This record gives sequence, C-alpha cells and structure tokens, in this order.
Amino acid sequence: MTSNSYFQVIVYVVTLLALAKPLGWYMARVYEGESVGLNRLLAPIERLMYRLSGVNPKEEMRWTDYAVGLLVFNLLGALAVFALQRLQASLPFNPQHLSGISPDSAFNTAASFATNTNWQGYSGEVTMSYLTQILGLTVQNFVSAATGMAVLVALIRGFTRRNVDTIGNFWVDLTRSTLYILMPLSLILALVLAGQGVVQTFNSYQAVPLVETVSYEQPKLGVDGVALQDAGGKPVMESVEAKEQVVAVGPAASQVAIKQLGTNGGGFFNVNSAHPLENPTPLSNFLEMLSILLIPGALCYTFGMMVGDTRQGWAILTAMTLVFVVLVFIAVPAEQSGNPALAALSVDQSASISQSGGNMEGKETRFGITNSALWAVVTTAASNGSVNAMHDSFTPIGGMVPMWLMQIGEVIFGGVGSGLYGMIMFAIVAVFVSGLMIGRTPEYLGKKIEAYEMKMAAITILIPPLMVLGGTALAVMVEVGKASVFNPGAHGFSEVLYAFSSAGNNNGSAFGGISANTPFYNTLLGLAMLFSRFWLAVPVLAIAGSLAAKKKVPVGLGTLPTHTPLFIALLIGTVLMVGALTFVPALALGPVVEHLQMIGAK
Amino acid sequence: MIKHLKPAIILFVLLSVLTGVIYPAIVTGLAQLLFPSQANGSLMTDNNGKTTGSSLIGQPFSSFGHFWGRPSATAPFPYNAGASSGSNLGPTNPALVDAVKARIQALKIADPDNKAPVPVDLITASGSGLDPQISPAAATYQINRVAKTRNIRPEILRALVDANTESRQWGFLGEPRVNVLKLNLAMDQLSH
Repeated sequence: MTSNSYFQVIVYVVTLLALAKPLGWYMARVYEGESVGLNRLLAPIERLMYRLSGVNPKEEMRWTDYAVGLLVFNLLGALAVFALQRLQASLPFNPQHLSGISPDSAFNTAASFATNTNWQGYSGEVTMSYLTQILGLTVQNFVSAATGMAVLVALIRGFTRRNVDTIGNFWVDLTRSTLYILMPLSLILALVLAGQGVVQTFNSYQAVPLVETVSYEQPKLGVDGVALQDAGGKPVMESVEAKEQVVAVGPAASQVAIKQLGTNGGGFFNVNSAHPLENPTPLSNFLEMLSILLIPGALCYTFGMMVGDTRQGWAILTAMTLVFVVLVFIAVPAEQSGNPALAALSVDQSASISQSGGNMEGKETRFGITNSALWAVVTTAASNGSVNAMHDSFTPIGGMVPMWLMQIGEVIFGGVGSGLYGMIMFAIVAVFVSGLMIGRTPEYLGKKIEAYEMKMAAITILIPPLMVLGGTALAVMVEVGKASVFNPGAHGFSEVLYAFSSAGNNNGSAFGGISANTPFYNTLLGLAMLFSRFWLAVPVLAIAGSLAAKKKVPVGLGTLPTHTPLFIALLIGTVLMVGALTFVPALALGPVVEHLQMIGAK
Repeated sequence: MIKHLKPAIILFVLLSVLTGVIYPAIVTGLAQLLFPSQANGSLMTDNNGKTTGSSLIGQPFSSFGHFWGRPSATAPFPYNAGASSGSNLGPTNPALVDAVKARIQALKIADPDNKAPVPVDLITASGSGLDPQISPAAATYQINRVAKTRNIRPEILRALVDANTESRQWGFLGEPRVNVLKLNLAMDQLSH
C-alpha cells in the first residue's frame, strides 16, 4: 500500500467516527420525540400524515402488534413494487418504452427491495422504467431502511423500559425515520452528487456521435423480427456499424443518495456505482462511501444515548471499527498485489505516481485500487451491496473479505438499524457465554438474559447461515443451479456461495458473472432474502417485548461490565467464532482453493 | 391484523408520494436549476454547438492516431452507454489471460518499437465498460505511437496529455487520470 493509500483510508475512518456523535445525538432526539431543528417545517407534515391514516402517535404497541404492523406494511411495499414492474409498459414515465418484467424477476426484485437487500437480478438501464425506479425502488429504499431503524429503536426501548408490555409505535418510528433522518440527508447528498455529475433528469436517453465508428456483428433478424438461422441451426450474423452512442440517463441522483444512506445498494444503472454517471468523481465516491456507514455508525451513539450510557454505544462502535479496519488492510493489499498470471506477460502492475497498478480488471481508473477495495469492504460490512468495481474480478483474497463480511451476519456496522440489532444479538450471546464461564445469571444493560431471549437470539444468528449454506448446497447440486455459473473452477463455486451469502444476509452485492436472472435463482434468492429479513426482525421484536416486561437489575459485583476492552474483545470473539466455524469449510472450497491455485501457477 | 391494514395502506401511499414523487421532483428541479449540464449527462459541444460526446462517458478508439481507452466489456459493441457492464472474468479464468494477451499484441502491432511493460489499466476491462479515463502511465505509453502516426512532435502530445490530466481531487482523493475522449478531441482540433 502506498502512503496515499493509507491516508485515504485514515481520512475515511476518521470522518466516519467524527460524524457518529452529532448524527447519533440528532437521531436519539428524533426517536425520543424531542424537537429538532427541522420541526417547524416537518412537524405539520408529520401530524397531517397521522391524521389522514388514523394513527394516534401517543398510542403504544405490544411487540406482537408492532411486528404485525411491520409485516403488513412491508408486504404492501413488495406488492407495489411487483405490480409496478409487471405493468410498467402501460404506465407513464417510460420514455424508452421498456416492457413489463417477468414474474420471477419481478418477485425477486420486490423481495429484494422490501428486505433492504437490493440484489439486482436485472440491469437497470435496459429493464426499469423511470416510474418503476422512483415510485417503486426509491420508495422501498426509504421505507425498508426506516423499517430496520424502527426495529432497532423498539429493541432499545426494551432495554430502557421496565415492567411494561409496550415497545413504541411502529407507524411513528417509521414515519419519523423517513421524514426527519433519511429524507433531509438524502436531499443534501443528492444535490452534491448532481453537482459532481450524477444525472437527474426525466429526459429520454441521449444519442451522441462517436469520434470513431465501430463495426460489430449481430444476429440478423427476419421480416418477422425473429433471428434467422442457417442450415446448421446457427444464427445468421450481419455486420453493423455504430456511428453513435446512446447514453442512458434518468433520475439517478435522488435514488443513489438514498441507496447509499439507507444501506440499500440497488444501482440505478447495471454496474451500480462503477458507472460514471452514478459515481463520476473521487469526491462523489468518497461521499457515497461515507454515506454507507454514516447512519449505522451513528446509530451506535444513538443507542448509547437512549440507554443512558454512551460508553455502551462506543464499545460496540469500537468493536465494529476494529474488525472493519483489519479487513480493509487485508483487502487493499490483496488487490494491490495484482494478478500473477498477468505479471508473466510483461504487464506493469506496480503502483507509481502515474498509475495505481494492481488488479485493475473490473475497476475504474478514477478509483484505482484503494477506493475500489475500500468500497468493497465498506459495502459488505454494511448490508449495502452497491459496488464501484466488479467483485467477481477481485483476487481470491480480495473477494473473500467481502464474502466473509456478509457471512458473519452483517453486524460490522451492518444495515441501518439491522446491523446494530444484529450486533446486540451477538452481545446477548456474548454475555450469556461469559455468564456461563463465571457462573452468574447473564445480564445486559440491567436486564436479565434468560432462556427465552437466548432462544430468540440463537434463531437470529442461525437463520442466515442456514440460508447461505443450504441455498449454496442446493444450487451446486442441481443442473439449473450450475448452468448459471460463469467462471470455471473454484471461482465458479465462489460465485454461487457469494450469491447466497449476499441474499441470505440482505446485502445485495454479487459476483456479477453468475446469470442469476433465471426462475431458479430469482425464486431461491428471493426466498432467502425474505426469510433472512423477517425471521430476524420478528424474533428481535420478541426480545424487545420480553425485555420491556422485565424489571431492572441493579449493577452488582457479579455484573459483567459491557463497556470495557474486555467486553469488546469478547464481542468480537463471539462474532468471529460463529462466522469462522460456520463458513470456513465453504470458504476453503472457493476462495482459498483459488488463491492456492493462483499463487501455485507461477 | 385488520386494524393495521388502514394505517398501513394510507401511510404507504403517503410515504410513496413523499419519497417517490415529491423528493425526486425537488431533486430534479434543483439539480436542473443549479447544475443543468451535469444533471443531463455532462454533454460537451464544439464551437458550432454540435454535441461531441459526454465528458464522463468513454468512447471506443482503435485507430493508431488516437489514444486508446480502457478495454470495454459492454455488448454488442465496446462503450455501449445504453448497457453498462464489466467483464466479470475471475483472476484465474484462462479467458482473462487470453483477452489480455490479445490486447497486448494489438498494442505491440500498433507500436513495435515500444518495449516498455504495458500499464495494467490499458489491458484490463473497466468495471463499467464506460470508463472515460486512463492512467497517466497508460497515456505516456501511447505518445510515441500517436506522434509517429500523426507525424507530430511527441513534446506537443506530452503537453496535450498533461493539459488533460486531472490530479487527485483535493490533492488526495482517487487517482490521477487522463480523459481519453477530451484528449483525442483536443488533438483532432489541433491538426485541423
């Protein structure tokens, strides 16, 4: 790594941590219903929304009501996205006259966006109308993020309340997350991105002349529009000359902003934030990357504030940051070291003042190695899943880091809300394990952790591995699963493992070579996303309800403090143990074998 | 469940209007007002007002008298800005090595005297297939070929490359880079 490379990573981490406190403080005030600077503008809108929908914001919900409200709301969202995709051909704002989307792909995308996964089985600019993008996908980007934040806040209330059976009002948490946190931040980010060159227009795609014409072959169509075939059954090709280039545009900036801030990750264009009109400059790249971890990081401080002890939040943020930084310093050097197969061909892969060098296949010149590898770690630490380089072309180790970050459950920052509630589940397991070791009843933040909480926490920790390993095993056993694989050998297995790691942890990034837009993968990955989202959210709410009903245990001699370096180590250890024990065998078959083959082939 | 249906439906509609209609409309209005060029794709025009391309979207170049950009994996032709795509070739895929060998050979045929190692970004496909830029090293590598083909002094091209090189943003962000389309347009302008 070059000194500039270190510097860029350090600036990123320092900026991220510096913003945790102010934004975390602001969000805590939003969730505690206190007045914030934007109240004068937004409070009337908020009140109007409650009045129209018949919601009494003062009314509290039991955890079961909270969960049912959440499920109904998310089901509606998924149905709306499904319907918009199926009907887009006959709806307005479709200047490219894109046709309706197949049922399996529409199901996959609906599940994907309702679960905050934002896996892209489709290619944005050749598939989705502007209406589907804004009214379907952008809306889900907001409300799926707000849903995750609401579940987190309900869980926090479980710790702060005592002897009550309610955990807040889902409609209020949902509305306030969207109105006071996600929308203002997105508006600012969208405008800055537009200034850098991210497109924001409802005009149709722009044709521009090419300086040099290119000729290419394409299948010749008969008068009936069907591809002609010769006697041998091969398609008849014709030579065509392209004199112009059609530049896909659209209302991208508004969607890209919330795509990053809400840890969604579904790109406006096919190649996501590698596209020059979605991420045009190093500055836009820095801001988009910062936005991925901004809210998940700050929510740690919100958590600390709401439980009345900010050290608790800092402890969790420290654990996340430590794992994150270590993995950055594995991924960046792995990519910087380049590809041994190319080194043999008199290719210059060394870093110098005039090139970034390294493994540049699938990477953009303006981002180089540092920003591509850093982004890969950031986007998979969070359950974001947007990419600014093609992960499929990463070196085996460089690609294993993002894959493993997803597999350990998206808790190193993680999704907005979902990352922290996932991490709190690990904290519950950590205090339980240590409680067993010192022979005391485990407690966390003054609440006793008993069999019920442990069962629920165990479910949340075990569902994603079940989806990942079960799904991968099934896909590599059947022909339809294997047919979609693009790269040969161990890397092909990695493509399948990555796909299920991504769907099974609601990330959304991909080893993009795999042809996942098939009925088999669309269905299986769609189901994995749904299970991993809601079979986690509901048990977490159950814990929230159970904790809220308990009394507060005073801190005693046998209480394990949960803000100390010891606990931070214990928490990291728990996350790593679960992640390592569960996934090392699968990783050995994919990236590890490929790495050995790559360095052995020299 | 029924009691949750009404707030769910109405709030969903209201939030959809807010985040799916009003929010994109505000962003579009302000972006078109404040950054009209960027918001519409950063299109460039020549002196006669004719569009010459987008400063953010690369174009395919293969003639010896132009600087070449990053290899592009878009279909059906390179730099198809209507369907972005990377190659997705894995690092151990033999097809990657074959593609790189063919690109190196094309560069050697175009410039047999150049014995320098090839800068990696010049023979690897970009992530988007639309990368508008190459590294300064990749531009330098091509100066002699273009100078010979065009019969102009390399120093003139060196100056032109430098003029079209962007350094790291704010001095430290990203990587230094040369915009290939702008460079070639400037060069064509020069020889007219």
